[in-house]
Amino acid sequence: MATESDLSCSGLVRRFGNNAAVDHVSLDVPAGTFFSILGPSGCGKTTLLRLLAGFDKPDEGDIFIRGHRMNEVPPNKRPVNMVFQHLALFPTMSVGDNIGYGLKRKKVPAAERRKRIARVLEQVGLPELENRDPQELSGGQRQRVALARCLVLEPTLLLLDEPLGALDLKLREQMKIELKHLQKQFGTTFVYITHDQSEAMVMSDQVAVMKNGRFEQVAPPEELYRQPATPFVAGFVGDNNRLAGTVVSVADDVAAVRLSDGAVVRGRVASAGLAPGAQAELYIRPESLSFSQTAAGGGSSSLQTRVRTTLFDGANSRVEAESNGQALFARLPQDGTAPALTPDGHLELSWDPDLARVFGASPQ
Amino acid sequence: MNSSVSRFSLWLLLAPFLLWIVLLVLVPHLQMLRVSFQVRESWDTLAWGLEQYQNFFSESYYWRTFVRTGVMSLFTTFLTLLIAFPIAWYIARLARGNSKGILFLACLIPFWASELVRTYGWMILLRESGLFSSWLQALGWVDGPVEMLYNDVAVIIGLVYNGLLFMVVPLVTTLDGMDESLVEAGYDLGGGHGTVLREVVIPWAMPGIVSGCIVVFMLTLGSYLTPILMGGKDSAWFTQQIFTQFITRFNWEQGAALGVLLLVLSSLLVWLGLKLTGQSLRKVMG
Repeated sequence: MATESDLSCSGLVRRFGNNAAVDHVSLDVPAGTFFSILGPSGCGKTTLLRLLAGFDKPDEGDIFIRGHRMNEVPPNKRPVNMVFQHLALFPTMSVGDNIGYGLKRKKVPAAERRKRIARVLEQVGLPELENRDPQELSGGQRQRVALARCLVLEPTLLLLDEPLGALDLKLREQMKIELKHLQKQFGTTFVYITHDQSEAMVMSDQVAVMKNGRFEQVAPPEELYRQPATPFVAGFVGDNNRLAGTVVSVADDVAAVRLSDGAVVRGRVASAGLAPGAQAELYIRPESLSFSQTAAGGGSSSLQTRVRTTLFDGANSRVEAESNGQALFARLPQDGTAPALTPDGHLELSWDPDLARVFGASPQ
Repeated sequence: MNSSVSRFSLWLLLAPFLLWIVLLVLVPHLQMLRVSFQVRESWDTLAWGLEQYQNFFSESYYWRTFVRTGVMSLFTTFLTLLIAFPIAWYIARLARGNSKGILFLACLIPFWASELVRTYGWMILLRESGLFSSWLQALGWVDGPVEMLYNDVAVIIGLVYNGLLFMVVPLVTTLDGMDESLVEAGYDLGGGHGTVLREVVIPWAMPGIVSGCIVVFMLTLGSYLTPILMGGKDSAWFTQQIFTQFITRFNWEQGAALGVLLLVLSSLLVWLGLKLTGQSLRKVMG
């Protein structure tokens, strides 16, 4: 086992009845990084996290933390702490006692304990709140207490189970950035699970996209976004437009796909073994679509559509267009270069085939 | 007009409660308090005085019984808590779906029969010619019949049994409301079983524990049938003293004084219990 990784798992399996909630998952998290596991609810990410925390035991596979095998180690003996989804702050203890709970278990003397509690509260930006009750704090403050309660123990690994889910949108955006800073500041390895792709993208060094108990792709956020490895990742991470059709030709890694209405679109081949005649799906991001009046470079692919409506949302404004019954979204630039669009008007959308990705159709 | 109608209906709704409180609780207790301070000088003259209360302190049998009843009630309450906690934990946290309801029902069903019937049930098991005695003989562990009734252990068994449901119900209610992740967090942060129980579970369940203890303690302290049936004539329960004074000796003044003392004792102990556990009656009784 490589000792420079804080966490490494190989072939983890956890079955409930006949259903494998975690299905042969292997992962390797380097020390001091922010690792996210992203997936829809029911994909097995919570089960995986519980295996890492020790609340559940894998049916197969091994968990190593800093090179030590953890399979048989109970949760209270693992160098791992967890921030729970609903934080699980002890309501019968003050903030200081909540943070001191773990230190007490480690037999840290009282004076030292007080010092460390004060220091960690300072670090998370809540100085001198030791004597308050958790119920008196705001959502964001409770979040930080939950973090402090774990970080004060200096764990090798900090597990976070969608802790931002309960916060309102504005606070969530703020906490995202703060969490990332705190991770850098403490240098602790974070394993974060979420179904919110924006949380995963903003905070992580590496993101694993999980589906049906398996990792679909493990990559840095940018790679995940630009070069999704599977149709699921392409559809799940960020907004995407999907066009289904039949491959007519493949040349220089660019496939031409004929849609059901006869239009031919092109994009970069993303899955192996794509041959003419195969069913395929082309994914193109809304921001990669340009309006033909503004840019019609040579070699670009294009599609005739009909405008349905425009959706104004500041920098994220989009136009909803329709081609052969299929809805397509394109980003509307807000710098004045967007053409005036009228509902039911004709619109030609075009793109650089290098930015589109063509996958063999997933059996559905 | 409208307000007078609504006021009338409010009084109408309150009436049964007020009648109950005033006629069955307030008036008898005040009456008893009054009687307890009356000293009978001759067959038709009464004077005010503390004679009955002096009797209580000078006659060691009275206050010994009094202390014994208090101590045994406290012990019974504690024992009931020890037995009820794992039961409540199992029902609230581990049992799933149907079995939860069935287990709860199993605790409840004995209480469909009266205390008398339940106590006789125990007597059938424990008496000299009872089931346990004959089993022990059949197994050859004892030579002759064994009398297991008419001692303090038998009394406590009966009292614990009678109090169990009243301890289980509030405990199940509080433990049911506890988030599983609190227990997990307790382990995750380095606690063992004992620590999690002591630092996380018990503080959380405290309102339920205290309210269960209050109810069981009151029931036990004031119980009459169980001690007399299972403890026999030597059981020396304080309620028996009161009964004797009122009914056998026809000494209502002394009986009233003992009754007042029992009320003061139970109130005092409940108040002390609340103070020691840092709970308030409002929190405990929801």
